[in-house]
Amino acid sequence: MSFINYSSREINCKLVYYGPGLGGKTTNLQFIYARTSPEAKGKMISLATETERTLFFDFLPLSLGEIRGFKTRFHLYTVPGQVFYDASRKLILKGVDGVIFVADSQNERMEANIESLENLRLNLAEQGYNLDKLPYIVQYNKRDLPNAAPLDELRQLLNPTKVPEFEACATTGVGVFETLKAIAKSVLTELRRGGGG
Amino acid sequence: MFPEEQRQIASVCQRLHRDSNAKAVLLIGRDGQPIAEAGEVGEIDVTSLSSLTAGNVAATGGISKILREKDFTSQFHEGEKTHVHITLVAGRAILVVLFDERSSLGLVRLRVRKATEEMGRLFEQVARKAATQTGPSILNEITDADIDKLFND
Repeated sequence: MSFINYSSREINCKLVYYGPGLGGKTTNLQFIYARTSPEAKGKMISLATETERTLFFDFLPLSLGEIRGFKTRFHLYTVPGQVFYDASRKLILKGVDGVIFVADSQNERMEANIESLENLRLNLAEQGYNLDKLPYIVQYNKRDLPNAAPLDELRQLLNPTKVPEFEACATTGVGVFETLKAIAKSVLTELRRGGGG
Repeated sequence: MFPEEQRQIASVCQRLHRDSNAKAVLLIGRDGQPIAEAGEVGEIDVTSLSSLTAGNVAATGGISKILREKDFTSQFHEGEKTHVHITLVAGRAILVVLFDERSSLGLVRLRVRKATEEMGRLFEQVARKAATQTGPSILNEITDADIDKLFND
């Protein structure tokens, strides 16, 4: 849930990167962290296992500039993608303002994508959210790989509601900032529309 | 949150900081957003601390659910120099007190109890207000052009 702090003049929003394990959620955040100027970012925190798999979440606070004298601060979170960390994923969705679904374009990950998307819908519903009413973007990651499925097939399976979508290669940064900008804009527009905070 | 209640909550944090001889006091939303702070916060990465504390409280809440317990309302972490006392406020926010040898766990607990009661009343006040009126939100003043401007490189 967005929070407006009138004393520090800040608008704070929470974005969550969701998707199947090894799909590139953490890589998205790492690329954003590496390419953002030091004054615009806080420390990136990764609660990961010894083998660098996300255990609880990654967290990156970002400032995107000012609107009417208020700093806009976005708190970026990733969830652990592995199926058995479902309890953790639910916790991270609490208070979410916008969701990015990072799909793995590889043919053999299609089932994992579908399962993760269904899991997202279910976990949001448990927290009282409806994915169709939340600011939501789909990112097709790993487009550079030779075994990537055709875009039309991914669209049909993973984006039936036709929300804004981006092709990406998170390791080189293609599509990463485009995705971030789109979700941030969508969240601010939704907040303005709702007028609450 | 309304600016008036936000000010009152900040002043409860300041009083708690003073009365408990704490190093610092932070109030955090359950989703990890910092709400108010008091004391020696200059050298602390408040944003990271808030996010991790909220994660910690959420995980502990998850454990309590599995055990069919009510929320564990407080936690204490003992460090070599700095100790951390974490309390849930009215199920809505997290109160964090950082303290050292200038204070004690007993004193912190005592003062926290009083502060959480006051904060609980303020949160109820906010909820009542929110049900009947809309806050003077900056969001109402934002235009599409303001948003577009933010994303022009």
